[in-house]
Amino acid sequence: MKAGSNLEKILEKGQFAVTCECGPPKSASGDVIRQKAKMIKGKVDAANITDNQAAIVRLSSFAAATILMQAGIEPVMQVTARDRNRLAIQSDLLGASAVGIRDVLLLTGDHQKLGNHPEAKGVFDLDSIQMIDMARRMRDERKFQNGEQMDVPPKLFIGAAENPLAEPAEYRVPRLEKKVVAGADFIQTQGVFDIERFEKWMAAVRAKGLHKKVHIIGGVVPLKSLGAAKFVNDKVLGMTVPDSLFERMKKASDAKAEGVKIAVETIEALRKIEGVQGVHIMAIEWEEKVPEIVEKAGLLPRPAV
Amino acid sequence: MIVGERKSVTEILEMTKGYDRIFVAGCGTCVTVCLAGGEKEVSVLSSLLKINGKKQGHEVKVVEGTIERQCEREWVGEMKDKVRDAEAVLSMACGIGVQLVAEMYPEKPVLPALNTTLMGFPTQHAIWLENCRACGDCILHLTGGICPVTRCAKQLMNGPCGGSQNGKCEVDSQTDCAWALIYYKLKAMDRLDWMSKIQPPKRWDIAGHSGPRKTVKEEEVVP
Amino acid sequence: MAAEAVAAVKKGTEADASFQPRIVAFCCNFCAYAAADLAGSMRLNYPPNARVIRLPCSGKIEILYLLRAIEDGADGVMVMGCLDGDCHFLNGNYRAKKRVAAAKKLLEEVGIEPERVEMYNLSSAMASKFAEMIADMTEKVRRLGPSPLGTGVAK
Repeated sequence: MKAGSNLEKILEKGQFAVTCECGPPKSASGDVIRQKAKMIKGKVDAANITDNQAAIVRLSSFAAATILMQAGIEPVMQVTARDRNRLAIQSDLLGASAVGIRDVLLLTGDHQKLGNHPEAKGVFDLDSIQMIDMARRMRDERKFQNGEQMDVPPKLFIGAAENPLAEPAEYRVPRLEKKVVAGADFIQTQGVFDIERFEKWMAAVRAKGLHKKVHIIGGVVPLKSLGAAKFVNDKVLGMTVPDSLFERMKKASDAKAEGVKIAVETIEALRKIEGVQGVHIMAIEWEEKVPEIVEKAGLLPRPAV
Repeated sequence: MIVGERKSVTEILEMTKGYDRIFVAGCGTCVTVCLAGGEKEVSVLSSLLKINGKKQGHEVKVVEGTIERQCEREWVGEMKDKVRDAEAVLSMACGIGVQLVAEMYPEKPVLPALNTTLMGFPTQHAIWLENCRACGDCILHLTGGICPVTRCAKQLMNGPCGGSQNGKCEVDSQTDCAWALIYYKLKAMDRLDWMSKIQPPKRWDIAGHSGPRKTVKEEEVVP
Repeated sequence: MAAEAVAAVKKGTEADASFQPRIVAFCCNFCAYAAADLAGSMRLNYPPNARVIRLPCSGKIEILYLLRAIEDGADGVMVMGCLDGDCHFLNGNYRAKKRVAAAKKLLEEVGIEPERVEMYNLSSAMASKFAEMIADMTEKVRRLGPSPLGTGVAK
């Protein structure tokens, strides 16, 4: 065990993991997080706390992760390279470990130009791969990025993100391999809508044997409405909704129910793919649907490890 | 070359307000070639200052002058008579030129007529693309001659982010994804092995994040 | 301010018929200049306000020429080039159009009505069109009134 987190134990035992996304509010309200925690308690193995998601300022991921932990849910603290340099990232990783946060997801981050403070100076001191490498060295070699030694290293279960549909398509798997070599323990993918394309990507992942070196968790984005499908397709980077799903959302008499149905089908399809070890449900501002989706997908109760 | 563009006339009029004798100083090097601050642009701006003055009902004396380079002391020294006779110098050089003129004529207000925008080359007549950030540690030999420090919005060193789509950048669909360009270039050159290695964090201290950098060619420096 | 606005409205509607604007017409050698010639041969009547300056192509126009004309007291400036697609140098008239637009913007910033500078397109055969264009610009400028930089009525 590297960090001994719930998520790590489940994945290491080869059980099918369930995580979801929990976006902190655009305010100082810790209650919003506590509310969301209540909705998903017992239904997921861990929940991601996003870090100024889509480059929009929100309550900090470190604080939100702490609140979530107090509410009895294991947080996956997301950390982007956009807003922090190597000093701040290392400091946050040490702090997170000290308060008991074990799971972290290290990302480059959406560009600030796309968010609500487009005039901000982006940091990007490191990229995601360099961050992962640094975190692994901190944990395994007790070394800071500069090579200095530390007494008590952080206990971290290191996650990375991957967008199988980004381009150049043929470079996505080699790039994933870089993340694995750098030290990623688990991967959460961007939301999957096009199962066929995702399967192709997974085949390439398996061909390199990467599924045996890293735990791959497939992303699922439940669609709340036809408008949400359009939004995801047009506005969310690296996600495309196939026409067939647009058609289903358009024809559905109850769009929300159809959205849940599609999400459940996607989870079922992902479970069948060799090398996929879990699902990550990103119900953006729709967290209350997570329990229903998890239940309908037959993933309850969650294992106690 | 160093590329600039003229500030809005409104902004220039605001900064020249109150001066009746103005020396509009052009630079014959980069900003001439990028059509921002050479002899021609000096004439246009001077004419505008005069029109504005006449319209207000008072004559503004505008003297035009373009020297070879505003970033070298020898040339800037040649401007001394025109500078002396003016109340203010409106420099149409890049920020470097403006600063040297200001340093050499400390008693004169030196006003910037341009915004210095980038270092790059034209992709077609009158369109310039930023190519270099002077990061102090060139890796173009590894990246197929395409600079990720300049041309990747996130200055990534390990390949494209998840926002690369159709060869374009997530920040602007009109901008090429630098890493897509690098990938295909290296692929064509059979040099993709470099992209499969983890590139270590970049030294930003020498990239301009530690105050002004200084370059010294030691053997040429006389005490 | 209110008085100025009233004056402006007045200026816009009631042209002073006795005001003879001074207009500089930069004419492309291949169209407007030839059209002017033809208009002369045809004994066409048009206002005598325009001073014609021949250019080898309207694309030879520089923003500076337009500004200098205004600076030196012209009430209006015309750039007359070939019809779209008919430039003898392929795209000179497109260049001219963009430069005229840029000059208008600059003039506006120094408080000169941008309408004092206009682009016109015609062919060498359009003699009566040439006469109409000169009349049109003369009338337009007459409505604008004398340039604030003007030296007064043309003799």
